[in-house]
Amino acid sequence: MSTTTPSEHPTREAAAALAGVETGARSVAEAAHTPAQGITGAQSLVRSLEAVGVDVVFGIPGGAILPLYDPLFDSRVRHVLVRHEQGAGHAATGYAQATGRVGVCMATSGPGATNLVTPLADAYMDSVPIVAITGQVPSGAIGTDAFQEADIRGITMPITKHNFLVTDAAEIPQRIAEAFHLASTGRPGPVLVDVPKDILQATTDFSWPPRLDLPGYKPTTRPHGKQVREAAALITAARRPVLYVGGGVIKAGASEELLELAHLTGAPVVTTLMARGAYPDSDPQNLGMPGMHGTVAAVTALQKADLLVALGARFDDRVTGNLDSFAPEARIVHADIDPAEIGKNRKADVPIVGDAKETIAELVTAVRAEHEAGRTPDLAAWWTQLDDWRDRYPLGYDWPEDGALSPQYVIERLGAIAGPDAIYTSGVGQHQMWAAQFIKYEKPGTWLNSGGAGTMGYAVPAAMGAKYGCPDTTVWAIDGDGCFQMTNQELATCAIEGIPVKVAIINNGNLGMVRQWQTLFYEGRYSNTKLHPVDENGERKPVRIPDFVALAEALGCVGLRCESREDVDAVIEKAMAITDAPVVIDFVVGADAQVWPMVAAGASNDDILAARGLRPVFGDDHV
Amino acid sequence: MTRHTLSVLVENKSGVLARVSALFSRRGFNIESLAVGPTENPDLSRMTIVVDAESAPLEQITKQLNKLIEVIKIVELESDAAVQRELLLVKVRAPMADRTQVLQTADLFRARVIDVNTDTVTLEATGTPDKLQALLAVLAPLGIKEMAQSGTVALGRGPRSMSGAGTLRPVERTA
Repeated sequence: MSTTTPSEHPTREAAAALAGVETGARSVAEAAHTPAQGITGAQSLVRSLEAVGVDVVFGIPGGAILPLYDPLFDSRVRHVLVRHEQGAGHAATGYAQATGRVGVCMATSGPGATNLVTPLADAYMDSVPIVAITGQVPSGAIGTDAFQEADIRGITMPITKHNFLVTDAAEIPQRIAEAFHLASTGRPGPVLVDVPKDILQATTDFSWPPRLDLPGYKPTTRPHGKQVREAAALITAARRPVLYVGGGVIKAGASEELLELAHLTGAPVVTTLMARGAYPDSDPQNLGMPGMHGTVAAVTALQKADLLVALGARFDDRVTGNLDSFAPEARIVHADIDPAEIGKNRKADVPIVGDAKETIAELVTAVRAEHEAGRTPDLAAWWTQLDDWRDRYPLGYDWPEDGALSPQYVIERLGAIAGPDAIYTSGVGQHQMWAAQFIKYEKPGTWLNSGGAGTMGYAVPAAMGAKYGCPDTTVWAIDGDGCFQMTNQELATCAIEGIPVKVAIINNGNLGMVRQWQTLFYEGRYSNTKLHPVDENGERKPVRIPDFVALAEALGCVGLRCESREDVDAVIEKAMAITDAPVVIDFVVGADAQVWPMVAAGASNDDILAARGLRPVFGDDHV
Repeated sequence: MTRHTLSVLVENKSGVLARVSALFSRRGFNIESLAVGPTENPDLSRMTIVVDAESAPLEQITKQLNKLIEVIKIVELESDAAVQRELLLVKVRAPMADRTQVLQTADLFRARVIDVNTDTVTLEATGTPDKLQALLAVLAPLGIKEMAQSGTVALGRGPRSMSGAGTLRPVERTA
């Protein structure tokens, strides 16, 4: 994968110096919708990206996609040159999650394209609208094991919503328009467009808008009125209802409608890992996150409910625990835009297929009609019980006995200082769960993480994409030292491209979540989870490998370190004050802090432990 | 387990078969047979898929199939409301001493002789899977040298069609 040498474009810097780039960009913008004859496939593709409204592409050039990078050089579409294609994919995801627009990433054929596989799988699991454009070897070479050939269409079939191999330059505008339409409508998801090199070089015509030819694609967005009324009747009749809110509510932009429904019904709300921020944490009806590391109140509310109203949620195993014993007494209203999610894991009594925003709005109307007909629920007894669980088993943590810094405290303070207007991304593991638990989210789109796929290394590139999309918002990547070492090279991109993200490394020197499981389930046999150097007795050596402060500086960032409680606020405030460069704080924390509460993998949610060895007492006196 | 026959109209594009078969394998659904061919509309192909599944997994299969962008329509063809056929080609040992018996068996099953030589006879038979199984059972003692069998193809009985006016009801997209 070689890049274009600057000498091939001697006018670039001169043009920029004369501010001619701006002018050029505007004229290209005006030209975007104008038909053109006798242009190259590459020019047609760039014009298509402009016409569809793309403002940024994250990518790396290489042989097969090189023809596309030439017209891109003159386009108003900005290209951010990342350091690894995985970074391009997660950046597109972070951009999409933060802005609600489609994120775009680009790579060359073969290894460039296969490096996008992980972020595509990640975006597929979390239903994030991104479009990946990959170069492919020339049409005639496909199937010959040519240099840098990989069947990326075949490879990504199971991890994309759809993908295309373009076989004719004339179809480029249509394929790009279809890709963006598919990615952003219905249940969103990643779409890949693979373009052979000869197609990029071919002569073709461009016109916009093209006709979309997707006869089998008709997502249902409008819910069925009868089912909505049935759901409203169940909601009004329930004595122990719970609104089980998933990421679909954020994707649909349905937070306002949700707030109205919750206040109208008075029902408790639980927000899944993907839905943190969909409903304000400050609202007393929010019981917090359900699932494996959810709050006792949220997990138990689902478990003891007589009605679950699932809104854009999918009964994931990390939420339900053992499925057979999940919410045994609950009837299920399940609203989702994807009919295949309904009944997949748990049978629905009232299925509703539709967009969450329209569905919740119609539920509000239908519930109001129930109330006007004199049917109003009395949830006082239910709330007495919920409040009792919430009071007795609040989220909490102990300080490490050895005097080390508490990771939960660091994250709690970060959330308090950066506040609910900031965007937080995280990697995967203990720090992710603590960031979901101890930061108070008030707005949708402020908590970005890899929920379904659990992709370590997501935080830094996703923060880069989010910061690019929301330049006036503070963006914090909360990362573990394990995750950070997978994708930190994108900090060089951030430093050079002027994307000042902030990174808090929760550095416990270990693969912390795995270590926690080894502590709990493998008799403390720490097989291959220590990331720090150890001496012959297995004790930690007093040397930092890597030295994250030095690494940050080497990548063009400001590097800071914090090892004691007294310094936490000051170092966060110092980082907040730096707005012209990426900042990395190495928070050196205790190795043995654990994530609680916890439902062990495969166990019933009835067996939640509030803290190690502490089983809550629920009583069975139902409301 | 129960056999279900799904008739699936798909866009006639490269890669569709790979998408459908990969969907079955990655979601853990069993395909008993799958046949693909052209339809009266050159833009569409028909896949006839026989699956062994209880009703809940079947619903999940059809919903997942419906999510594939290139799938246009899915109809479940109930056995009493559809005609279903498979094609069998079978090469049977048929020395002069046994030849009459082979030919009589072919007659009984309305199979046709399509190739013949001194040692073997090749028969062509169509029918339901049960009928073809019965034919094979009778031929087996004579010595089956080689055989090739297609998947099931099927059409609904009556005047209605999947794509024209008065269409067959698709498997619901909604739950």
